[in-house]
Amino acid sequence: MSNIKRNEIMAFEPDWLTDIRVNKSATEARCATYGTRRAVKKDHQKAWLLHAIGNIDLTTLSGDDTADRVKRLCAKAKRPVRTETLKALGALDAKITTGAVCVYHHFVVTAVAALKGTGIPVAAVSTGFPHGLSPMETKLREIELSVEAGAKEIDIVISRHLVLAGDWQTLYDEIVAYRQACGEAHLKTILATGELGTLTNVAKASMVCMMAGADFIKTSTGKESVNATLPISLTMVRMIRDYHERTGFKIGYKPAGGISDAKTCLVYLSLMREELGKDWMQPELFRFGASSLLNDIERQLEHGVTGRYSASYRHPMA
Amino acid sequence: MTIMEKMKNLDYGSAMESDKEALAWIAKFGGKFDHYIGGKWVKPKGGKYLDATNPATTEKLATFAKGNAADIDAAVKAAGSAKGKWAALSGHSRAKYLYALARLLQKHSRLFAVLETLDNGKPIRESRDADVPLAARHFYHHAGWAQLSTKAFDDYEPYGVVGQIIPWNFPLLMLAWKIAPALAAGNVVVLKPAEYTSLSALLFAEICSEAGLPDGVVNIVTGLGAEAGEALIQHKDVKKIAFTGSTNIGRHIRTVTANTDKGLSLELGGKSPFIVYDDADIDAAVEGVVNAIFFNQGEVCCAGSRLLLQEPIAERFLTKLRTRLDKFIVGNPMDKNVDMGAIVDPVQHKRINDLLRLGVDEGATMWQSGCEIPKVGSYVKPTIFTDVSPTDAIVQDEIFGPVLVVMTFRTNAEAEALANNTKYGLSASVWSENVNQCLDIAPKIKAGVVWVNSTNQFDAAVGFGGYRESGYGREGGMEGMHEYLKPKYYAELKKLVEPKAKNVGEYAKSDNVDRTPKLYIGGKQARPDNGHSLPVVDAAGEIIAEVPHGSRKDIRNAVQAAAKAKGWAGTTAHLKAQILYYIAENLDIRKAEFANRIASVTNSTMAEANAEVEQSVSRLFTYAAWADKYDGKVHNPPTRAVAIAMNEAIGVVGISCPNEAPLLGFISLVAPAIAMGNTVVAIASETAPLLATDFYQILETSDLPAGVLNIITGPKDELTKTLAEHDEVDAIWYFGAVDGCTMVKAASVHNLKQVWTNEGKAYPWHDANIAEGETFLRKATQVKNIWVPYGV
Repeated sequence: MSNIKRNEIMAFEPDWLTDIRVNKSATEARCATYGTRRAVKKDHQKAWLLHAIGNIDLTTLSGDDTADRVKRLCAKAKRPVRTETLKALGALDAKITTGAVCVYHHFVVTAVAALKGTGIPVAAVSTGFPHGLSPMETKLREIELSVEAGAKEIDIVISRHLVLAGDWQTLYDEIVAYRQACGEAHLKTILATGELGTLTNVAKASMVCMMAGADFIKTSTGKESVNATLPISLTMVRMIRDYHERTGFKIGYKPAGGISDAKTCLVYLSLMREELGKDWMQPELFRFGASSLLNDIERQLEHGVTGRYSASYRHPMA
Repeated sequence: MTIMEKMKNLDYGSAMESDKEALAWIAKFGGKFDHYIGGKWVKPKGGKYLDATNPATTEKLATFAKGNAADIDAAVKAAGSAKGKWAALSGHSRAKYLYALARLLQKHSRLFAVLETLDNGKPIRESRDADVPLAARHFYHHAGWAQLSTKAFDDYEPYGVVGQIIPWNFPLLMLAWKIAPALAAGNVVVLKPAEYTSLSALLFAEICSEAGLPDGVVNIVTGLGAEAGEALIQHKDVKKIAFTGSTNIGRHIRTVTANTDKGLSLELGGKSPFIVYDDADIDAAVEGVVNAIFFNQGEVCCAGSRLLLQEPIAERFLTKLRTRLDKFIVGNPMDKNVDMGAIVDPVQHKRINDLLRLGVDEGATMWQSGCEIPKVGSYVKPTIFTDVSPTDAIVQDEIFGPVLVVMTFRTNAEAEALANNTKYGLSASVWSENVNQCLDIAPKIKAGVVWVNSTNQFDAAVGFGGYRESGYGREGGMEGMHEYLKPKYYAELKKLVEPKAKNVGEYAKSDNVDRTPKLYIGGKQARPDNGHSLPVVDAAGEIIAEVPHGSRKDIRNAVQAAAKAKGWAGTTAHLKAQILYYIAENLDIRKAEFANRIASVTNSTMAEANAEVEQSVSRLFTYAAWADKYDGKVHNPPTRAVAIAMNEAIGVVGISCPNEAPLLGFISLVAPAIAMGNTVVAIASETAPLLATDFYQILETSDLPAGVLNIITGPKDELTKTLAEHDEVDAIWYFGAVDGCTMVKAASVHNLKQVWTNEGKAYPWHDANIAEGETFLRKATQVKNIWVPYGV
């Protein structure tokens, strides 16, 4: 985050919410064109895909996670692409790693140890993930413990009931408290967009999170029935743009869940480039929350190098 | 550049579509194309060819035949020999052919798309994702109409040979819009593509053969508008002309065909408003503008070229729009990454640039996207003009390029006024998250299509076409089919033979108090402006009254009154029905008087006169009945939206009534016009005007609002000409001799008002199967489609 000035906790401005209007059909119509108006082919595609690996928060968030499983994930995060592929791409020196590794609090210590010396940050999901309905004291303590354990990024979940009740002030207050609990660690706020009912709610919740000091806004836990979609992403990204116009702060965006193939990932990168610009293609401001995307990117890269379509079992698993 | 360097700059690079198959297809013809006539490739009679050029690179693609009158004649003959069999096919048989054409369009979709882009300069993305799929959809939809036609259009028949002239902006799509309904309805076609863009039509000719379409059903003659096009519109065996193109050429076609009974549909220019209210989704509306005026390089007749912004959001909106347009990529249209390709031809390129200079000279502020454009080829950057007003030419004239003019408004009323401050009326976009706002403004805009929170939406099921000088007729849907059909009874109508004018004899002796029939204007009886009267004689030639000698000034006053009364369209259908019933009731009370009058001024027997009055009462009942039943439709286009097809009043309708059946003829025309919400200036039967002047006394007791029906007496053709030339009159109906029909059509061209005449035929006014019903209601309305996407 070297060159990006960190967001601050702003005063709660209810006026910033009242103007928000989201037209779903028009939003969808725009989304339908990212993949058709912009194509990235050949060497450009290889470059974009290699770059995209750095945007991945390589994630495991299962009830049956174990330390060994997390270590394997970290190994993959450090060496996400096979050496021969990188060599063929002329990218041995590109220092390609994933953007972060994302785990439950319980495995933060494991991951931090496994990633020591790599510069790859560990992100911890927090605040009663995925439901966010633990007592406030517990949620704040959870953040503190994860930060103490070495997590550099905290992915909190917002209280959906506050959005659905339109209680933006309380939502703001909660997120301010999370931000304060984070200290130097970066705050990523998960909106659980699939549970907010409307795109307008998604937009308003995005704005409240940013006002309250979020460094990133993130779509989903991966546990809702609807995860990241392009219309939800465009809605949130437009709010990031508005917030930037109002405050000058650049807030990151993290779509999570459901992005599992290289083609979709390129469409998302196009969306970021078109709506916000190249800064927002960098890992400092853009992450995918994904577990299987990396494997597909590897397959596409290998295809790009050899001209043969690849099989997933040929690539080391996470 | 290495991959690692590419990782640094993260540019898109280019993604070129292959032109291999398209060039191979051209090479198959040796790069030289002939006409497609009677199912065969036929060399041009004049032996000359024109060049097809790629406007993106200035490279020559091929040559194609330069058609002349002899080629057109050969094509019309080929069509003529195919027409009987084609029309006689069952609906199902025609449906199978149309279905095959749709399938073949899809099978060769990429070839069509690439060819279109090479020839026209439009982005491959658009030809691939819009032009070709919409063209295929049009054939599918009309395969359906062909299938249903036997029952759905039982009372109608095709015209026969139809001449179609299409523009260069959507060559294949416009071909589909023309050919699909024509064939579905059982017509045969001679089509002339635009000279800039003939190739996709020639590929289409090839798939007609592949589909096994009978020879001569579709004929394609290429060439220049002034030569081949002119020959087509002048050809005596062409029974209907369908044209899409500029308003000036539309006017020319109306003039040239005035002395014929050719059917005519015109889809012309536009200067469509794009209205953004302060409660719109601003980001969405910015993208809307991108699709409105920068789609197809702005070479779109329905382009949203006049941006109207509500004052509170104007500055913010424009900042966002400029930021967006700075990201535009303009370049070789074969690159899948371009937002805009090349302007179709250097001629159009120059025209746009001339208008840009004019805009600057007029004092407007010009802004252009910071994007790069190629050095070679016809390219224009996205351009926005601010500091403009309706007095500027760039605000009034169609530019047909990627050029937007921006004005602001304060209130809904001002938005409406600015939106309608144009000679055109093709389309409009309306952006607001308030459904009340959208559905309030949509019917108020004079345009054939209104897109709510969207723009440039098209579907074969949803009619498309204009108001005002944007032309008449619709393409798509049921209303589009009717453009290629005529009632079967037309063929049965006999030539109108008007009784010889009677010698004017002496004044009849009468003990009655003198009555002075007057004009009826704005709900008041009015003396003629010129102070003259004309004698009215009875069957025996005796003068029984004098009626006002109406003149230009009276027409002017009547039109003014009718225009002022346009609020009639907004009254409830129930109220319109009630008033028509009331008129009928009051006529019924006085039927003996009216029958006596008919008997005295015509050759009718008393029994015939009684019947005419009774039929008039019945006809009023018919249209009172229809008033709240001739409803629109709700279409389901293949997107999450409804398209509300409203049957709207046309506006001020001038009706020149037949001389015969002086009461029933008058009622048969005036009643449907009023029932549908039009206001009317009626010119009474010249030989028996007293029925109309007697009638206004009935109006005065029937609650009809002032100005809804105005009645003028006097010299019919002279008055009609003034009415036909009047720009405030939106449609003109003429029932009389064939010369009058020609005169009316020719006189209508200035504002391109809709014209309906009897083509010099005698209408059997007593026959309700012919003289009342939906044919009349269709003439009294125009369809407006309001697209309403939904979803939260």
